[in-house]
Order: sequence, then structure tokens, then C-alpha cells
Amino acid sequence: MRRHEIKILIMRAPGTNCDTETYRSFKNLGVQVSVIHTQKIFKEKNLLDYDIIIFPGGFSYGDYVRSGAIWAKECEYKIGTELSKFVESGRPVIGICNGFQMLVEMGFLPGFQGKSKYPEAALGNNSYGYQCRWVRIRNVNKGMCPLLKGVPRNMILRIPVAHGEGRFLFPKDKQDAYLEKLYENDQLAFRYVKADGSFPEGEPWDNPNGSFHDIAGICNREGNVLGLMPHPERAYFKWLMPDWTREEGGPEFGDGRYILESIVKYVEKKN
Amino acid sequence: MRFKAIVYVKLKEGYSDPEGETTAKALKGLGYKVIDVRVSKAYRILLEAADAAEAERLIEEMSQRLLSNPTKDDYRYEISEVEC
Repeated sequence: MRRHEIKILIMRAPGTNCDTETYRSFKNLGVQVSVIHTQKIFKEKNLLDYDIIIFPGGFSYGDYVRSGAIWAKECEYKIGTELSKFVESGRPVIGICNGFQMLVEMGFLPGFQGKSKYPEAALGNNSYGYQCRWVRIRNVNKGMCPLLKGVPRNMILRIPVAHGEGRFLFPKDKQDAYLEKLYENDQLAFRYVKADGSFPEGEPWDNPNGSFHDIAGICNREGNVLGLMPHPERAYFKWLMPDWTREEGGPEFGDGRYILESIVKYVEKKN
Repeated sequence: MRFKAIVYVKLKEGYSDPEGETTAKALKGLGYKVIDVRVSKAYRILLEAADAAEAERLIEEMSQRLLSNPTKDDYRYEISEVEC
């Protein structure tokens, strides 16, 4: 498929607030991008007209009940079948921040046995309140997630987080077994790292939310559903990076582009 | 028949509760000998059901499907019949 033929749907919901940044980033990659309100999609149910679906960041439905919970249940009820078909067709579904919370609440992530009826994980809150700042994450996927093929393995990316509830959790009694499964299936995508590239092991600052095993992002077993707490769209252009005025020359883009371009390249090559 | 349910959702034991910890600190600051605070959410739900058994089944379902995430939350509820 040629790049300009790729159609991306950014699903907007009441309270999402990263649709425009996400739109501008993908637009810059030369694909067709539509930002459409969830309610319109509920009516038209035309998900399969698109090649990639993005659930953007924000605070859908005011984060009521739990972050992403209401959005997830609404989508499950109104377009659950279509969304499952989309995922089963192998097309990419990306959840960024609130979108990640939503995909976890919906049962697509971690999705050890396909979509689960009830969430198998949670994104809880942390002791330091709302965190909006730059962090470092490392691509720890060993190659199973095709969406990350364009991000060099072990590469450290600087990307901002902006969330109150981003602490990745498994049920306490199952966390070791579930972590083992993540490793077995190569479902780990990104982990928070320190400046020297080592893992903070839950320590504050470098791990912004006390996330279990420093998890910043995971994919499903098949590798086509990806969720991450940091915002690649907020680090897409060079002038969004924190030190861009200090760095002369260098790449034209920020680190977030690696992730978004890699997703587009996957669709380009696959079809 | 009309029923009133109060569903309490709280973090499971063993998960840190930053809201409770912060509240405990503030209460201690006010001079109270507070040992611990855990925060829960309460939903008051009015619903129609054929009988008490159905009301309980529905509330159980709601608690599992939306009000709690089994990974980190525990829930309990109280149900009573109310006049229409």
C-alpha cells in the first residue's frame, strides 16, 4: 500500500485532548488522517474502512469511574464486534495514554488469550499526583511486535508523560506469572529507563508512576494492538523536544516520530 | 419493584492508596491521632427489578462489568427495597 493511501482514524471522545497533535504528526507522515467523534463512529460503525485506529490521550468522560473505563464500555457495547473484527484482521490499534487505559479496560491489552471479558491489568494512580514531564523509555521488544520494527531495538527515546493514572498493575497474586507471559510472548514494548539506560526498578522520577516492572507500554499477543502511557505525538517535531534550541543541526524530528513512523511503515509494507 | 443499592469499591489490600495516604497526613496535620486512611467510592444506584434476587444479580453484574476492575478493586454492596 502506498503511504498516501493509508487511512488513519483518530477516535475522539468527550474529554480527549491529544487528537490535534496526533493528527498533525500523522499528517506530516503523508497519510490520510481523520479525526472523528466516537458518537459518529457508533452510528456509522465503519471501522473497517480504515487501516489504523488510534485512541488518543486525554481524559475521556472526565476519567469518571476509572480512567478510560466509560469509554471502553461504551465502545464495547456499541462497536465491540466491529472493533474485534478490526483487531482480528491484524490491523494496528494504538492507544496512547487515555487510549492505553481504554484498551486495558476493554480487555484488548494484555490480551493473553485474545480479548478478555474483564480487564487483566489496570492503570492505577501513584503517590506523586499528576505527572506531566519528560521521561526516557527504551524499546524492549525483541521483534514480535511488527509495529515497532522501525524503532531500533533497545533505543532510548525521550518522550513526555502526562497522566494521573498510569501505574501499570497486574493482580498481586498473578503478577509474576503474568510478567512471565509478557516475556514469553514478547509483549513488552517500552520500559522506563534512567539516563544511563538502566531500569529504575520502580524508583520515582525515572519511573514516573511506580509502574510495575517499569512498564510504559505493551502490545497484545499478536503484536497489532499497542498501548503506551507516554505521548509520542508530543515529541514528534524537533521543536517539541526540551532542548531543541540548544542542539544545532541534528535530526529534524523528535524521538516520537520513530514510533509513529514505524506504525505507518508496517502498514505500508504489509499491504 | 424498586431497589436501592449502595456499591462500595475500594482498592484491594496490598495496593498503595495515595489518596488515603495524603488524607491521613492532612488529618494528622490537623492534630488527629489518625493511624491509616483508605479511600473507597460509593455508588448509590436506584433500579427496577422483578425481585430481590434479580436486583442482586444485576448489581453484581454492574460491579464486575464497570464499577470495579478486578485487578485492583474489591467491591461490596447493600441492597434494599424502596417505595416507588
